[in-house]
Amino acid sequence: MSKNTEFVKFDKVDKSYDGKVLVVKDLNLNISEGEFITMLGPSGSGKTTCLMMLAGFETPTNGEIYLDSNPISNIPPHKRGIGMVFQNYALFPHMTVYENLAFPLRVRKVQKDEIDKKVDKALSMVSLSGFESRMPAQLSGGQQQRVAVARALVFDPAVVLMDEPLGALDKNLRESMQYEIKHIHENIGVTVVYVTHDQGEALTMSNRIAVFNDGKVQQLSSPDKLYEEPVNSFVAEFIGENNTFGGEVTDISKNVCKVKLQNGEILANPISVNSKGDKTTVSIRPERALINPKDKMDNNQTGKIEEVIYHGDHTRVRLDLLGNKEFILKVPNSSNELDLKLGNEIKVGWNSQDARALDPK
Amino acid sequence: MSSETKQILTTDGIPLEISLKKAERKNKIKAFLLVAPLLLFLIITYIFPIGEMFTRSIDDKMITNMLPKTFKSMETWDGKELPSEEVFASFLSDFKILVEKKEHGKLAQRLNKEKNGFNTITKKLFRQVKRNKIDETQSIKEQIMKVHKRWRNVEYWQAIKRTAPPYTSAKYLKAMDMYLNEDNKITQVSEDRRIHRILWLRTVEVAFFVTVFCFLMGYPIAHLLATLPMKYSNLLMICVLLPFWTSLLVRTASWMILLQQQGVVNDFFVLIGLVSDDNRPEMMYNKVGTYVAMTQILLPFMVLPLYSVMKTISPSLMRAGKSLGGTPFVAFWKVYFPLTIPGIGAGCLLVFILAIGYYITPALVGGASGTLISNQIAYHMKTTLDWSFASAMGLMLLGGVLVIYWLYNKLVGVDNIKLG
Repeated sequence: MSKNTEFVKFDKVDKSYDGKVLVVKDLNLNISEGEFITMLGPSGSGKTTCLMMLAGFETPTNGEIYLDSNPISNIPPHKRGIGMVFQNYALFPHMTVYENLAFPLRVRKVQKDEIDKKVDKALSMVSLSGFESRMPAQLSGGQQQRVAVARALVFDPAVVLMDEPLGALDKNLRESMQYEIKHIHENIGVTVVYVTHDQGEALTMSNRIAVFNDGKVQQLSSPDKLYEEPVNSFVAEFIGENNTFGGEVTDISKNVCKVKLQNGEILANPISVNSKGDKTTVSIRPERALINPKDKMDNNQTGKIEEVIYHGDHTRVRLDLLGNKEFILKVPNSSNELDLKLGNEIKVGWNSQDARALDPK
Repeated sequence: MSSETKQILTTDGIPLEISLKKAERKNKIKAFLLVAPLLLFLIITYIFPIGEMFTRSIDDKMITNMLPKTFKSMETWDGKELPSEEVFASFLSDFKILVEKKEHGKLAQRLNKEKNGFNTITKKLFRQVKRNKIDETQSIKEQIMKVHKRWRNVEYWQAIKRTAPPYTSAKYLKAMDMYLNEDNKITQVSEDRRIHRILWLRTVEVAFFVTVFCFLMGYPIAHLLATLPMKYSNLLMICVLLPFWTSLLVRTASWMILLQQQGVVNDFFVLIGLVSDDNRPEMMYNKVGTYVAMTQILLPFMVLPLYSVMKTISPSLMRAGKSLGGTPFVAFWKVYFPLTIPGIGAGCLLVFILAIGYYITPALVGGASGTLISNQIAYHMKTTLDWSFASAMGLMLLGGVLVIYWLYNKLVGVDNIKLG
């Protein structure tokens, strides 16, 4: 059975609240069946608005949203059959866990014994069997979150939307919940649209990530591609850590270009520069630049150590390199033969393939 | 397993438990001293007057003090036949003292309340005593019985005996249109004289419907207040609170201007042709006026508790209800409404209790068919000066409110009340 790659489809969707500013601009997005897609972006980037349009709480100003090839703009939320997990869980405080889970089934007039079976199954899926008669206020934050997830899944919706569901949890719980939600998704194969501003969360959980900024999707790709090959400087900046140099292209060939900086010159991989004289921002991931490289690399520079911060599994070293005083290096703590002292001059090298010349900031 | 835990001692050898208690006691005394003025205030302004009201409402000591010997000698009387010579003699001696103090009129009045006809025969007896016509060496019983034939009627002596106890429930019975008859049985007054029961029922009815109207009007307003953006909700809030800042009398007077037969509302009805000019409906000096004015005046007491509860209900709950497949009505009825019950309870209780004792508005716009029990209380306070009767009715009102509160506690639970 081939999967529908346009199970959810945003077709040229615009959204404006006040008629002056577009919060979502010309959005085109296809989500295939069974996919875990994350909308990632800073607050105010339009990602939650997209989710609300899909859930039916907002209507697109222009364009149309299709669910399984049916336009849904005129269908009210309760007829869309989309499960949703809210930021603050939105469990009904006056109902027990059982009643919370039974709610979507009762309004669908499911038989009593069928309800019992489904609630049971959903609760065991989030490993909360035996909590049926508890009130939400008697549960911890993580347990409430699981109930919310179970409630969104109990009526077998085609799509589940999650609006920053882990935002209120502490770090450890958040991480374990990430894996749990990921496993639930893998087990039942439901389509998940997940909204978050936490890039770590997005990278761990998703099949694909749509990075939002300024009402537009900046890049839509798998987590590894997003991290390794950002298409513009916003994505490079937003996902992970990043060292940047601003400069001007002085020479360009097929897969390498020369960029002239304020005081120096480096080789880079031309991504969004086309010709000589283009302004550019060169982006290098901290772990791609090595100290005293053994292999031959086509960029070799010398920098002065400004700061050394111990991080447990690695040490962060801040260098003054080619006029950039914020150049970060990540040094694994296994390589302790290095002499990392403040003020020392060290050699740093990287491959021009890893230095991506993107659009200027 | 050792059940005895070792006692923990402080450095100076006193058990920790005891020294903790000591420290806590100091704090408790401090806290008590802080609330003491308020407690005193409450006792003086609330508990004491209510106690005073209660004793006044059941007090019947006046006659007990007037006829001490009579009641003493009556203790052995079975109340079936005419009393013995001894009773007559002690009654005469009591009566003589009253004549000396010129209090015999009061006695006549009080006894006449118990049974009609005492006025005349007491006056006759007074004249005989004044002229020293009664010879105490002869049978006093015979002589008194000769004064008037009613003194020979055992019913009158029974009436005197009934007044013996220093306390009486007569005022409470009167407030329910009942009285104690000759056989000490609770009896209804004749049908054409039953006014209080109508008033009680009307008071409860008006309070109930005013509460219902306030709820029906207040619920949407409170919801709007809780969901509108700040700048609009503040404006609306001022509109709701405006009545609070206006004098009650002014508001009631403005309703009089609006509702009278030549008033603004009637003019408008005539203008749009709803009623003809010579057939303007009466909207004041009846129950309609009372309903309209009281609903408007008490509305804020419904809106504010509802608003404070609704404000705490996250809008995502309604969204969750809808996204899970509930129609907007189901989401409202199953999710939103149950969460507002604490506010509904508080608002309804507040409005009902205020409405049941409402006075000025029904007095001004109620007319004859719109007055309530509180107006009756005021009438007895100011016009008839029967304070004990007014106290009895006031206490019955208070008791009614307490019963409602108790019922509410049973049904909804007082812990669920939320005033803000």
